[in-house]
Amino acid sequence: MARSYEVIGFKSTALHGTGIAMHELSLLENVREILENHALSQNFNKVTQVTLEIGKLSSVEPDALRFGFDVVMKDSLAENAELIISDIAGLGVCRQCGLQFELETSHDPCPHCASPFVKIIQGAEMKIKDLIVI
Amino acid sequence: MCGICGCSQPGKINKLQPVSGRVHQHDHDHDHGHHHHDAERLIKVEQDLLSKNNAYAGQNRTYFQQHNIFTLNLVSSPGAGKTTLLVETIKVLKDRFPIAVIEGDQQTEHDADRIRATGVPALQINTGRACHLDAHGIGHAIQELGVQANSLLAIENVGNLVCPSSFDLGEAHKVVVLSVTEGDDKPLKYPDMFHAADLMIINKTDLLPYVDFDVERCINYARQVNPDIQIIQLSSTKGDNFSAWTDWLAGHVKLEA
Ligand SMILES: Nc1nc2c(ncn2[C@@H]2O[C@H](COP(=O)(O)OP(=O)(O)O)[C@@H](O)[C@H]2O)c(=O)[nH]1
Ligand SMILES: [Mg+2]
Ligand SMILES: [Zn+2]
Ligand SMILES: [Zn+2]
Ligand SMILES: [Zn+2]
Repeated sequence: MARSYEVIGFKSTALHGTGIAMHELSLLENVREILENHALSQNFNKVTQVTLEIGKLSSVEPDALRFGFDVVMKDSLAENAELIISDIAGLGVCRQCGLQFELETSHDPCPHCASPFVKIIQGAEMKIKDLIVI
Repeated sequence: MCGICGCSQPGKINKLQPVSGRVHQHDHDHDHGHHHHDAERLIKVEQDLLSKNNAYAGQNRTYFQQHNIFTLNLVSSPGAGKTTLLVETIKVLKDRFPIAVIEGDQQTEHDADRIRATGVPALQINTGRACHLDAHGIGHAIQELGVQANSLLAIENVGNLVCPSSFDLGEAHKVVVLSVTEGDDKPLKYPDMFHAADLMIINKTDLLPYVDFDVERCINYARQVNPDIQIIQLSSTKGDNFSAWTDWLAGHVKLEA
């Protein structure tokens, strides 16, 4: 079976009943992998802080990320690192009248012309912004 | 070795090889001493968590285009009827063009067997407890399955209306299957999925007389979250309006001379 999935499966077994969403665990596995790649290319071996930017339209639960972070980072170079999560607001452009406006959900209609045809231009992202490393 | 991603085990989803990159070198003249190895420093990463998946999805999409493979990513709640829909679809279309199926749903143990019984190749991806398929796994599955050119490839995703919406597999379209026993407000409860899909199939319409499902309302909700969404109502088991779907498919699979 796939390695990363095994790890996730194992962790979720360990966390059974704690309510940590599988999906956030798999995203955290990606975080860990990106950290490991950066550790090689940028020559560091410990991460003390990780800042993530999570778009409001990304269908990711920041609380679930916080909850799973310590578990997924255990025995990695980011063990005991501090996690900072900042929001990215949702932004859309009306395909009818061109108005740019803030989106609370992926399907808010245009506040000017009420058109439901809105293109999302920001807020679906989930990014690792930066790290503090030693 | 995996020709798609360079990972070592064919057919296995494996960890990416670490990229070899720049290592801090000390062949330059510097007067800052070596304390910086102990000092904290900030590293800008600015990398999307989905960037790796999106890169694999891009490779898959290129492969599909080069080989003229029309690929669909079927998503739904467990039990909405994805496998049944596929089995019935294959029966109608398999003599017109080659069809292959990648099974990611483990809700039912025998989904891949059900597909193979129709005579087309199917590969079950062992997703374990994972909640979505990813593009890397699909890349390996394509190789293992040996998908033919000028064909239809259907990917049955894990039964889950949440996170498969964020994971591009390289497909031409996401197709969301909603059965009438699930309630007509599903598009509002899972807007991201209905937003990501290009086609909604309302399945099990044969059961409409027995359930409280307002088709009109469901369509309105779906259009509210995705004004461009196409909609086909059908019954996979009874065959009602099934040709609307198979015609849609046949219209999209372009057979090259
Ligand atoms: N009445 C009725 N039952 C259906 C229809 N399509 C699928 N089913 C049934 O729904 C159940 C789940 O179907 P399945 O294809 O395994 O769903 P999946 O989990 O989405 O792959 C099975 O018992 C099917 O026979 C339909 O159009 N009408
Ligand atoms: Mg199934
Ligand atoms: Zn997931
Ligand atoms: Zn407008
Ligand atoms: Zn690989």
